[in-house]
Amino acid sequence: MLEIQAACKTFHARTPGEVRALQNVDFMLEESSFVIVIGTNGSGKSTLLNAVAGTFFLDSGTIRLAGQDVTAWPEYRRAKMIGRVFQNPFSGTAPNMSIAENLALAARRGRKRSLGWALRSSFFTSLRDRVRSLNMGLEDRLSNTIGTLSGGQRQALTLLMATLVKPGLLLLDEHTAALDPRSADQVIQISQDVISKERITTLMVTHSMHQAVNLGDRLIMMHRGKIIYDFRGAEKRRMRVDDLLARFREVRRKDQLDESAVEMLRRNYI
Amino acid sequence: MTLLIGALTIGLILSLLALGVLISFRIFSFPDITPEGSITLGASIAAILLTNGVNPILATGAGFAGGMVSGAVTGILHTRFKINGLLAGILVMTALYSVNLHVMGKSNVPLLSETTLVNYSEQAVEKILPGAVSLTVLGWEISLRDASTLISTMLLILLSGWILFLFFRTNLGTAMRATGDNQQMMRALGVNVNQMIVLGLALSNGLIGLAGALLAQYQGFADVQMGIGMVVLGLAAVILGEALVGTDRLGLTIAGTVIGSILFRLLVAIALRWGLNPNDLKLITAIFVFAALILPQALKKIRRKSHA
Repeated sequence: MLEIQAACKTFHARTPGEVRALQNVDFMLEESSFVIVIGTNGSGKSTLLNAVAGTFFLDSGTIRLAGQDVTAWPEYRRAKMIGRVFQNPFSGTAPNMSIAENLALAARRGRKRSLGWALRSSFFTSLRDRVRSLNMGLEDRLSNTIGTLSGGQRQALTLLMATLVKPGLLLLDEHTAALDPRSADQVIQISQDVISKERITTLMVTHSMHQAVNLGDRLIMMHRGKIIYDFRGAEKRRMRVDDLLARFREVRRKDQLDESAVEMLRRNYI
Repeated sequence: MTLLIGALTIGLILSLLALGVLISFRIFSFPDITPEGSITLGASIAAILLTNGVNPILATGAGFAGGMVSGAVTGILHTRFKINGLLAGILVMTALYSVNLHVMGKSNVPLLSETTLVNYSEQAVEKILPGAVSLTVLGWEISLRDASTLISTMLLILLSGWILFLFFRTNLGTAMRATGDNQQMMRALGVNVNQMIVLGLALSNGLIGLAGALLAQYQGFADVQMGIGMVVLGLAAVILGEALVGTDRLGLTIAGTVIGSILFRLLVAIALRWGLNPNDLKLITAIFVFAALILPQALKKIRRKSHA
């Protein structure tokens, strides 16, 4: 479904603040798989997601989606195949418009928008059932503006919007990080339901080790712009929170080793 | 009474300007200055076509189209060439000054004997009320010309507002409103945001060009200076409308803007009647908008202080 080859991206190139966010990343994602991405801060996991979504263009490398080379496609063109939920609950919905209008906008993701009515009454009724499935009591408030909703409700709605038209690929970028634990659980539950029910190919970035071990059928770990671990199948199922934490400690120790080695060389030779 | 009718008619015509400003400033949060030039462009195109004997409906439509083009240019400067929105508007407005002089060939085109929409509406009313020279409303005598102009302007504005309302409820119009609300989301939903901004500014300035075309026919001339202060005037109407009806519902916002424009014009007429120096008009308008912009925050501060 998704094929990334030799992807490189450097932010603030040739300045002291240079960040090599993606370093020669190769990555293949099979149809209907659900991949969790974890990593240290600044490891490039969100960059990976944004590169796929087309928020920016790669410095080098290619991205193929459903067999098509989309490397040079702008974000809005890739959106035909991609559903997204952002970390910030304010990013995924239009706050001054009603719930129904937001869903109507999502119903035409990647399609031409012309002079047909956005909210036909038949569409409005069909929405009610989809919204009811969120179990948030929003189905009777379809005409209310998004601005009146809580963060959890917004994320649940954004998730519904991202999957209203089944996406070829669903990108979840730490979509529960800004929520309180209860709402986070609720949103994770909804995510899991819709992904497994519709067999949506998913790439999900998370900070939560708990989510990382419990969700998905594959787990990749990133560090300094590279994919350093890739667990699948039985290996992924065996993973526990402690195992992951051990891997993180290992990474950190290697880092420190590198730094102390550099320090030693500097002292001895400069 | 003539003064009142005049204020009402101009208020109605300028409500198209206010609707244009509503689209750029409120829906897109885009500080568009193009109207200072595009309203004049609409007026000059209509005026020059009318003096050349073109059908008034066509001439008015051409004013609308001219406004659309100038708005689209501002939009392209902003989206394609990444020029700051305010500056893009200033560039187009400045360029339009020369364009308008070229369109008219001189700085002022009078419309004296030309057939305009004003004549059309007069003829229409004459057909309905044959032989009438004046109407009597509540004991006031109004000339047929004034009455017919007012009525037909009112119908035209109602129609425009209604079409705009319907448009904003289509897939395209909804996407346009949402683009002003959250661009990131719209990109993620597959909308070419830049195209939407260009289209929105074209629509906004199209309405403003239409206002110019109508204004030229109503006041009987087009002048290269007539656009000065128009953005602030439109903004004053929008703010007044918001104060009256709020911003929650789309239909109310549009209606409020039209009412705001009329009300503002009436206030101006009353102030002038009371002896306000016409030279001070733009200063007062600017102060009004300034006050309306800072008042909500100032009130909040005072309220917080009184609570503490």
